[in-house]
Parts: sequence; structure tokens; C-alpha cells
Amino acid sequence: MRKLIQSSTAAAVTADKAMPGHDSATGHVTGRAAYIDDLPGPADMHHLAVGLSPHASARIRRMDLSEVRCQPGVIDVITAADIPGHNEVGAVYPGDPLLAENDVRYAGQMVFAVVADTLYHARCAVAHARIDYELQAPALDPVASIKAGLTVLPEHVHERPLPAPALDRGAAMSEDTQTSGNVDRALQAAAHVLTGEQCIGGQEHFYLESQIAQAERLDDDGLRVLTSSQHPSEVQKLVAEVLGIPLHGIVAEVRRMGGGFGGKESQAAALGAMAALAAHRNGCAVRFRLPRADDMQATGKRHPFHNRYQVGFDDTGRLTGADITLIGNCGHSPDLSEGVVDRAMFHADNAYYLGHARVTGHRAMTHTASNTAFRGFGGPQGMMPIEGAMDDIARYLGLDPLDVRKRNLYDVEHCETHYGQQIDQPLIKDLIETLEASSDYRARRRDIAAFNADSPVIRKGLALTPVKFGISFTARHLNQAGALLMIYTDGSVLVNHGGTEMGQGLHTKVCQVVARELGIAYHRVRISATRTDKVPNTSPTAASSGADLNAMAARHAAITLRERLVDFASDWQALPREQLMLKDDGLTTKNGHIKWSELIQQAYLARVSLSATGFYATPEIHYDRRTGRGRPFYYYAWGAAVSEVHVDTLTGEYRVARVDILHDVGESLNPAIDRGQIEGGFIQGMGWLTTEELKWDDQGHLLTTGPATYKIPACGDAPRDFRVSLLEGHPNSQATIYRSKAVGEPPLMLAISVWSALRDAIAGLADDRSSPRLDTPATPERVLMACQAARAGRKGAPITREEVSDAMSAK
Amino acid sequence: MLTLTLNGQRHCLNHLPADTTALSLLRGHLGACGTKEGCASGDCGACTIAIGTRHDSGDLHYHSANACILPAHQLHGCHVLTVEGLPRGEHLHPVQQALVDHHGSQCGFCTPGIVMSLFCLDHDRRRRGMNGPPDDDTIDATLGGNLCRCTGYRAIRDAARAMHTLPCPVMDDPAELPETAMAGGFHRPENRHALIEILTQHPQARLIAGGTDLMLEHTLALKPLPELIDLSAIGELRHIDEQADGWWIGAGVTYHRLAPLLADHYPAFHALLERLGSLQIRYRATLAGNLANASPIGDTPPVLMALGARLRLNGAQGMRELPIDDFFTGYRCTALAEGEYLDAIYLPRLRDGEQLLAWKVSKRRDDDISAVMLALRAVTGHDGRLNNVRVACGGMAATSQRARHAEAALEGRVFDGDVLANACKAIAEDFSPIDDVRASRDYRLAAMAGLLARARYRLTSRHDAIPMTLEEI
Repeated sequence: MRKLIQSSTAAAVTADKAMPGHDSATGHVTGRAAYIDDLPGPADMHHLAVGLSPHASARIRRMDLSEVRCQPGVIDVITAADIPGHNEVGAVYPGDPLLAENDVRYAGQMVFAVVADTLYHARCAVAHARIDYELQAPALDPVASIKAGLTVLPEHVHERPLPAPALDRGAAMSEDTQTSGNVDRALQAAAHVLTGEQCIGGQEHFYLESQIAQAERLDDDGLRVLTSSQHPSEVQKLVAEVLGIPLHGIVAEVRRMGGGFGGKESQAAALGAMAALAAHRNGCAVRFRLPRADDMQATGKRHPFHNRYQVGFDDTGRLTGADITLIGNCGHSPDLSEGVVDRAMFHADNAYYLGHARVTGHRAMTHTASNTAFRGFGGPQGMMPIEGAMDDIARYLGLDPLDVRKRNLYDVEHCETHYGQQIDQPLIKDLIETLEASSDYRARRRDIAAFNADSPVIRKGLALTPVKFGISFTARHLNQAGALLMIYTDGSVLVNHGGTEMGQGLHTKVCQVVARELGIAYHRVRISATRTDKVPNTSPTAASSGADLNAMAARHAAITLRERLVDFASDWQALPREQLMLKDDGLTTKNGHIKWSELIQQAYLARVSLSATGFYATPEIHYDRRTGRGRPFYYYAWGAAVSEVHVDTLTGEYRVARVDILHDVGESLNPAIDRGQIEGGFIQGMGWLTTEELKWDDQGHLLTTGPATYKIPACGDAPRDFRVSLLEGHPNSQATIYRSKAVGEPPLMLAISVWSALRDAIAGLADDRSSPRLDTPATPERVLMACQAARAGRKGAPITREEVSDAMSAK
Repeated sequence: MLTLTLNGQRHCLNHLPADTTALSLLRGHLGACGTKEGCASGDCGACTIAIGTRHDSGDLHYHSANACILPAHQLHGCHVLTVEGLPRGEHLHPVQQALVDHHGSQCGFCTPGIVMSLFCLDHDRRRRGMNGPPDDDTIDATLGGNLCRCTGYRAIRDAARAMHTLPCPVMDDPAELPETAMAGGFHRPENRHALIEILTQHPQARLIAGGTDLMLEHTLALKPLPELIDLSAIGELRHIDEQADGWWIGAGVTYHRLAPLLADHYPAFHALLERLGSLQIRYRATLAGNLANASPIGDTPPVLMALGARLRLNGAQGMRELPIDDFFTGYRCTALAEGEYLDAIYLPRLRDGEQLLAWKVSKRRDDDISAVMLALRAVTGHDGRLNNVRVACGGMAATSQRARHAEAALEGRVFDGDVLANACKAIAEDFSPIDDVRASRDYRLAAMAGLLARARYRLTSRHDAIPMTLEEI
């Protein structure tokens, strides 16, 4: 650089007063924010489409792709045999081939790829494959799979604490049990015991931008992969393994995603690897976008769960023991199911002290797409049994469910979870009492009872449910982050960190943190794409940890530079460090204020390094899988919601009329962004539990392959009366970034209040104190069937999904 | 040659295949990538654009449309606005600014579509001098076809309520487009005579009006549609002819244009229409398309059957009329002969005392296909007996059908509990529904029984103060 940029060309700046919104908001509303498919692409760019398996379980006898090669525009056809390195894109365990080899394990599995001049040509060519399959009977029922010893993890039995789990498990069974106390004895001695069972449906992520990646060969034989992924380092690693080249030859880059929700944590890697393989073979750029129907068939979803619970309690509704069994339907391969079922087990208590407890987790294999991360990561499914039990207990005893819930909450005396973690900040009692008052719960409960007494068709229901969500990756090594901070000579600041932006406002929060540490205006700080050649070995942006980890790493880098600048200024101004401060967009000394840009120019001329890396690793967390005990979470986030529903008992249709939420984000980094996460998470959770129904036929073909049949909430489904507040005055007890708390996942589970309110409305139709069974998603169909069962005095609605298996009822 | 303006700039394109979508025209040919593809089936709204047409007053009216299933050739002569065309220099359009101010975008992928749907609303309200914020019903109807997976919609609703408070720059008035001749496989006749001629010359060509279902054969099933005959430019088919005892609805009349007539004369039909597809779909789709397409789960056929509608078919062999009951001959089959097209639909006026009831049940309220549909027309006599009962159902069989047993169970009776029970039994005789992706057989029968019970409440209810539907709360 010969000539320095002139400072002070920009108008005088002071620290921005208003809290910034999403850093791409203007780009979003003008269409200038580009997603991978919007980029012009190099002139020689080709497009890739994949042939998907039409069968859930089959052996590939013969593959004739000669007709495919002859189709217009086609330049390459790729099969497993063409993979130079490993044919494997499994995130943690093997089991996910990039392209099927010898056999197919779910309908929708990628079998071969076609590269053509246009996406349309590539897609059309796919139809010309002739593949001879030898069909095998698919395993589609997770409960039957557990009975048959079909699980996704390798044969392995953990050392378990006593008492032994009741389920008879074969050597092939993989299960984990977290035990405290002697649950069987406690249940025998309990004054009352109730059992229940639930089928909890899965969920399609339905990110609006379907999966996509683009790969370009670089002149040094390396590859640049643009990916819509929450985990660019994993894309980099898997591309390298598939191609058999070292990691430093691959750059993975994520500018932004059009939604992720967990669906682009592990599942995006296959697209990156496929595009890279095609680019590598053909020496051209290749873009691979999955059309919606292919995306929905080929990629994994939220795990459906089959849950069973037995709870013992006293006359007041207080739990004395709980025995909870969770069967996660993992699909055909492990993917992230180890962590997902773990997290379900860790959340089987939700916000309640269970007393004697046994939690058993199973990982069933079925011939469906491998189920994967989805906002909450098993936590939501794991909470459902105990929330169902709370309502069951209340109705059995003739109490308001809120009173039973309050009686069982964690507090300072009952603060050890069933896996041995001490809860140091049990905010939930106060939080619920505040919400109970602000939502006018008791008066509305009375009004609703009066309304229902006179209403033959429309019934109202009300429920308040809490959320406690553990924050940290349960895989300990992922709890780390890096950042790279660069100050340019005009005083502008560029940050790179390992987190990815999928809409959650992470980049805004990280920029805020850097601006705050350097005492400069927010607009000076910018974040470009997440790139593996800027910050290496990144963790996925997942587990709600994006800001917790990456903002800390960026802060660390900012502090390094701040100290360096103060050291320099101390020499330059000949003042002791204690009299210098970076604030108000510059350096404040006893002699006056020096503008930031001036400071930076002087530091540059004095040959001060103006870039630094930062690093953060979450302290204190540990967990011993062998004993099922430890402190897997750095802290917990809390929240509660009150939902009111109106149900048409003639058709099962319903509306969510009003929702009140009080949620704990510690000391909020950005209240507007946090509120957006809470509202969006709630509505997404509501969709999971109400209208979002995945259906397969009896041969394992997904029937709901697009938005025409898979119904996520529309604008009119969101409650018109939607009152959301952040819990104030409770900074995080742990030393997180400015004492804030993670917010990505926890609010999703607030939507359990909608399900609970639906059950409340239906229960009113029965003349006894029984609780209606209501599997999820609670579509109008399930609601109507439950209404009819309640009216007919049956204990549970007809089971509309898998029948209860012998294995479970024998327990 | 296809001629249009995009964001004020004129474009002329040659040699576009007939089945080119507006979205591929924008993103591929014109490099305007602000408009996104989310589903390619007109269900998510990420591709929403605004189409301006000049009315007699000289004003431009903008309608939202799903570019992903819109034939590009239907934009011939239109002024198209996309998200890129709204800002004036550095100044965002009020809709855009309101979304920024209220944190209405997160991942941003649905945002361009949301912007364009709200733009059409905002533009229309300003044009009509409406000053206040739109109400909740209007906002939900405007955005019913725009899915957002991130925000939970509250912030977007707030933006919609605030956009009117921001000053709106004068939108450039695009110059008139020259008349240019169309060529290629996309035929655009301007009168019936030309239509019949083209139909005769191209017997394999497909007829297209809104195209909101037909185009999915191309975008989802990758089927080429090399020859399309567009009905939307035929003025004669866009008429609603009022007669003494009813109305002839031309095949080119969109749901949007039909809506006021239904609101005035068939409120139940109008309420149903508001849940049919999305606003983007209703701006383009037609009653005739819903019939000719012969989908088993079409929403309008049961209503037309209950009303006793008649159809006018036209072709080289001349015109003929047909009762709607005779139109559907099987799953996706109709009485239309080769070379024939559906010209108009006759809606008989309800006579004094005649009531029409129509309800659909679907998983989601907005923009969903019905699991079941019930339409019932009857007169309640002074003695409380039902007369002239016509009942038709959708979602219960391979086509929409009359429920003759149920009609018999109701005809001439007082609609009491026993008659309801008999009608429910009769429905189960009329139909043997199947399990499919939308509903199970059991649910279809149970929900249909529920709808009959609702019909009984509606036709006989004495306790008006008690809400009987969710809408009444």
C-alpha cells in the first residue's frame, strides 16, 4: 500500500443507538442478498441431478445408464464406482454412502448422478436409467425394529447402572439408560400410578431454500465449494475424503442459507461432495440443487419417536418416580442419532424433578431417510411424555394441570437432574408465576369452563407448559470456536468466525460484540462469508450455540486487538495504559478524544499488527456415557407459554387463538432478534405438533413430497393475539457472552402448550377423569378421532399410526 | 416475440418454448435473481411477482402471481414488477422499509415474495385512497400463499400494518408496449372463432387459462408442453352475463373477478373461495379450469352440483349444454370431446328461501386442498321441512359427486336428530372413500357426518348466540 486512505471522509459517527437488525435485512427485501442459486456462476458451469432409489430396501442387480449418457446436454454420469476416495459422507459413524453401492436402504437414496448443461436436461436424463433391483421387505416400524434388534449403531452394550432396564434387549440392541434411585420400588410404593403412550411424528425442515452446493476447480487442483451448510468444515472434510485429497486443498464457503433448522447440519455434505466430485472429474464448475420433491425424499427429517411412560405420584400430584422409554426412529443410518436420542433422554424431565427415574433410549433402524438434526435435536420429542403425564395426573386427580406442573418444578431444593447435573439457576417457578398472572390464566380458565359448559360444538382449551433446555453440544469436542478479526487502515473491521448465518441473526450479534469490545460504531464491523480458509476446524452452527461460541471467540480476538492498540497508544501518547480507553468510536484520553480511524492509521504506520485470532472452548462440561451421569450442559434456558385453542368438535378443525410467552434469554444480546427466534421457533413447533404430517405408504415411499401435501403453518395459523416477553433481570449465572443465553432451539418447545391445550379441550368432552390420547401431529383428523373417543368414553383415541407393540406393553 | 416490461425496462424475447415459466424467464433469461424458487408448484410464494395491467381509467393495477407456474408468454404486453424494481435509488419502497424496521426477514428467502404480495396490497390501498392499516383478515388473505419458515409471521404482520405510514415514491409509469405478434407453440387466440380454428389445427395442444394446475406437469413432472392454447386473451370468455334467473360465467373469468358476484349472491360459496388456493392463485385460476381439470378434490364442483349448474361446451361441431352432474365421467375424465372446450358455466340464482351451504375441511386453513367438501342446497318450508335438496361431496370418491341417498334422506323431512343420523348413514351408502395422503376413510366419513350436523345446526338452529363454527367465535 502506497497511499493511505484519507480518514474522516465519512460523517462523524457515534456508537449506534438503535439495536441493529439483521445484517442482511436490506439485501433480503431488495433481492440483492444472493443465495448460491442466484450467483451467475462461471461460464462453463454445469448442473447436476441425481437418480433416486424408487425402493426402500433392495439389492442393485444391474445398472444400465447408457441411455442416460445419450440424453441432450449430458456430459457425465457418475456412480459409486467413480468415487476416487471413500464413498461415505456419514457425519459421525459410517453408513451414509454418497451414492448407493450394491444395495439401497431407503426410497429416495441417491443412486447415480447426471451432469448436464442445464438442470432441466440433467433432471430429464435421470428418467432414462434402467436399474434392476431385487426387492427386499423394508423395515418400517421402529417398534418392530427394536424387537427384532434392528438399530443404527454398531453392536454395543454399555455398562449400565442397576437396576437393569426392563426391556429384554438383544446383543444388537443399543440403548442408554440414565438411572437415579430405584425406580421400580418407587413406582410400586407410589400412591397412584399412570401409564401412557405416544407416537410423536417427525418433521420436514422445509427450509425455503432447498439444499444446494456449487463446486469449482481451482488452478492449483484444489476446489472451492460454495455450500448451503451449517457445517462448512464437515463439508470440507467429506469432500476431501470422497476425493482422496488433503483438507488444505478444499475451501468450503457459506455466505448465507435460506433457512437451516438443523436440516443443513449433516445433510448438506452430500451435495457438496457430489458437486465437488463432478467438478473434479469434469474440470468445470458444477451446481447441484435439489428440487423440492427430491430434497424432501432424499434428506433426513426430525426423528419420529415412540414414547412410553409410567409415573408414580402422591395425592397432591407430586411425582415420586418416573420410568420413561424413548424409541427414536433413526432411519437407515446413524447420522446424528446418537446425540439426538441422548438429548431426548436429557430432556425427559423437562422442567420437573422426577424423583426416582429411569430413562431408556432406543435407536431404531428403519428403511427411511436417515433422520437428523432439527431445532431441538430430540429435546422436543423427549419432553412430550412428561408433559403428557402432567396433564394425565391433573385430570386423574381432578386438579388444574398448572397446579400439578407447579408442584413438580425444579427449585433450589430439588435441583439435580436424573443424569446428575445440578441446576444452579432454577428460574422456572418465578417465571411461571409471572406468566400466570400476565396471561390472566386463572380467570381465563374459569371463562373457558363456563363457555364450554354451554357450547355443544366449539370447545376451548387452555394450557401452560414450561421449557427447560440444556445448552451445549453433548459431543464435548464441538464446544469450541475460532474467529479471525482484521482491522483495515481506514478503520473498517472485518470479522470471520466459524458460525454460519441461516437467518438467525448470528452475524449481527457477533458484530455487536466486536463493536462493543473495540468501542466503535456497529457499522464499522462487517462479517463476510464463513470460509474454512479463514477460520479452520469449525463446529456446526447448531445446538443453539452459534452466538455463545462464536461471539466469545470474536470477543477474544477483539480483546487481543484492543489491548494491542492500547499498548501502542500508551507509547504514542506517552500516557499510562490506565488513562486510555477505547470508546465512543475512538481513543479517549485525559487530553481528549482521538478518532478511531486516526488511531488505526497511526497504529499501522507504527507497524502494529492489526489482525488477531480468537478462540473459545466452553468450560466445565463433562459427561460419562458409561455411568450416564455428568454435566453435559453449561447452563439451561427457561421459558413458558400459555396457549388457548378453539376446537370444532364436528370436524376436528381448530384455531390457536391466543399465545402468551415469557422466555429467558439471560441478558439479551439483541432483543429484536431474540424475539424473532422465540416467535419463529414457537410457530415451527406448533407446525410440528399440529398440521405438519409426514406420510409414507406401506412400501416406505414418502407421500408428502411438497408443500401441496406437507403443510407448514401459514400466516393465518399464527395466533392473532401473540404476546411475547423476554424474562428480565436474570443474567446468566454462567459467564457466557455478556451473560446472555442461547435462543435458537428452546422456544420451539413452548409449542407443546398448543398440544396440551388441544388435549384440554378434548378432555372436556369425556365425563370421567380420563385423558385423551392424542398422537402428533394433532391434525384435524386426529383431533376429531380423539373427540369421538372421548365422547364415547373410550380411554384413548384409536391409534392412527402404528399399533402398540407387544414389546412395549409387556413392560 | 414476447414483449414485456420488467421493472420499467422493455424486453423482447424470441424463440421461448411455450412451457417456459415466468420464473425461468426472470432468473435465467433476464438475470433477475431476486425472485426465488421455493417449490416450483405455486404453493410457497417465494417466487411472487406483481403483474400490472392498465385499466380503463389509465391506472395500473397490480396482481400478485406465482412466477414458478406462470407461463412466461402470459406476460406478453404486461408490466412486471419484481423485488429489484421497488427501491428508488437508495430509498427502499415503504413495504421494504417496513419489513426492515419490523425485523420481518430472517433467512430472507421468502422475503422477496412477501415484499411483492404486500406491495400489491399497498399499491391497491394507496390507489383507492385507503389511509389506515389493513385489518388482520386482509393481511392473512394477502399472505396466505406466502410461506415463511423463520419468523412466525408476527413481525411481517406488523410491517404490513405499518407500511402505509411511510411515504411512497411515485412509481414510474411504464410506457405502452407495442403490439407484437406471438409465434411458436404458445397460441393466444383473441376470439372464440380463432380458438376453435387453432383447436382444430392442433388437436394435441393443451388449453390453458390460469395454468395453476396444468403447469405443474411441466415444473414437477418435467413433461414438455410444446403446444399451449391460452384462453386468457379471449375477451368473449371473460364476460359474466347476467340472465333473469342466473349468470353465465365465461371460461376466462378468474376467481378474483368472480368473487364479488359470489359475495353478493352466494355467501357460502364466497367464503369457500377465500380458502381456495392463495390470492396469487385466485388472481389467475378460473372456475372452468377447476372443472375441466377434473381433479377429484377440486373445491368448486360440489358447490356447482349442489346449485344445479349447467355447462356450455363449444367446438367445431357447435355449442351444446350439459348439466354439471353429467360432466365428470371418471377419475380426471370429462365429457369434453376432442376439439371441444368448456366455454361457460351457468350459475342459477337462488330462489326465495333457498339456502346454499358449503364447507371444506383441510389440514391447514389457508391454501390447502380439501380432505372433504360438502355442499348442500335446500329450501326450508314453513312447516320446517326441507325441499329441493341437492347434496354433493368432494374428496369422497374419484370425482365430486351428488349424494343421492343423503338427498333422499333429507328431502321432505324436518331436519331433526333422527334425520341427521339417517343422512349420515346414507352418505356412507353414497360413498366409499379411500385412505390417502390427505385423510383416512374413517375421517372422511366422520368429518362428513360432522358437516351434516353443522348443516343441521345452520338450517334449524334456535340458539343463535352460541357459536357453531370457529368463524363465529
